[in-house]
Amino acid sequence: MENVNYIAMASIISAAICMALGSVGPALGQARAVQSALSSIAQQPDERNSLTRTLFVGLAMIESIAIYCFVISMILVFANPFWNFVIKKIGG
Amino acid sequence: MEIMSIAQISPDQVIFWQWKFITLNATILYTWIVMVILVIGSWLVTRRLSPTIHCSRWQNFLEVVVSTIRSEIDEVSKGEGRYYLPFIGTLFIFIALSNILAVVPGYVPPTSSLTTTAALATCVFIAVPIFGISKQGIKEYLKEYFRPTFIFFPFHVMGELSRTLALTVRLFGNIMSHEKVIAILLSVTPFFFPIVMQALGLLIGIIQAYIFSILAMVYIASATQTHEEEHEKK
Repeated sequence: MENVNYIAMASIISAAICMALGSVGPALGQARAVQSALSSIAQQPDERNSLTRTLFVGLAMIESIAIYCFVISMILVFANPFWNFVIKKIGG
Repeated sequence: MEIMSIAQISPDQVIFWQWKFITLNATILYTWIVMVILVIGSWLVTRRLSPTIHCSRWQNFLEVVVSTIRSEIDEVSKGEGRYYLPFIGTLFIFIALSNILAVVPGYVPPTSSLTTTAALATCVFIAVPIFGISKQGIKEYLKEYFRPTFIFFPFHVMGELSRTLALTVRLFGNIMSHEKVIAILLSVTPFFFPIVMQALGLLIGIIQAYIFSILAMVYIASATQTHEEEHEKK
């Protein structure tokens, strides 16, 4: 019974840490990307279309890192493989 | 009306009907609904097309959609939008409609399931070499993998695989996380905040559809433009 408690505690805490640390980096990166894109658009309004498109593609690339962290923390909370393993071992 | 509980991550787990090994889950059912809406809607609109200025309002709408997608593709692929419009346009319209319909109660977007997004990303993964080989020949296409030296071959292969994984997880993560946020908000603060988040979800859905199709187009464009062409331009 002890192991179940430990696994629940460890997976919830590590999901929270994963989400917290994993969103800091992409947030800083996206902020820098948007900042420089805005100043470029202000300097060259004619190039707005290609700048916006490149900005979106770049933001998607940066954002995927945060999404990886999010998916991992969702798996830890809702579909934890270790949890099922321990439950099966106790039951069987 | 919610057909999924909070603990269910993917609509694959909601099973409507089962017969031996054939299962009809929510993902398949809602994918069929989106397909039926797209096919019947475009058949109804394109049944009576008029070449003059006086056209029906739905024809006007479809013309705006198609010409916008085409001009976006034109800008990425240097004026070859006609060639790529069927593939990229289908991806965009399917993802956009299945994301927009999320405001309908009882509907779960099929793009919030990992299987749908993996299938879409696999389409892109297969389409990139097909377009590349048909554009510049199999020899020139394979040469791209060995640039600048043959040491880079494994990195090119890893890049192909990891960007397919990134396409899959990006669309799935965004749409699924939005569904979960709305489900959690419904249990915490009902009535007002879920509606605001639904309105935000319309924007997120369109942006994700745009990003998915523009990334597919960028990958195809990088496979079809030869190295020499880019060198001459500089």
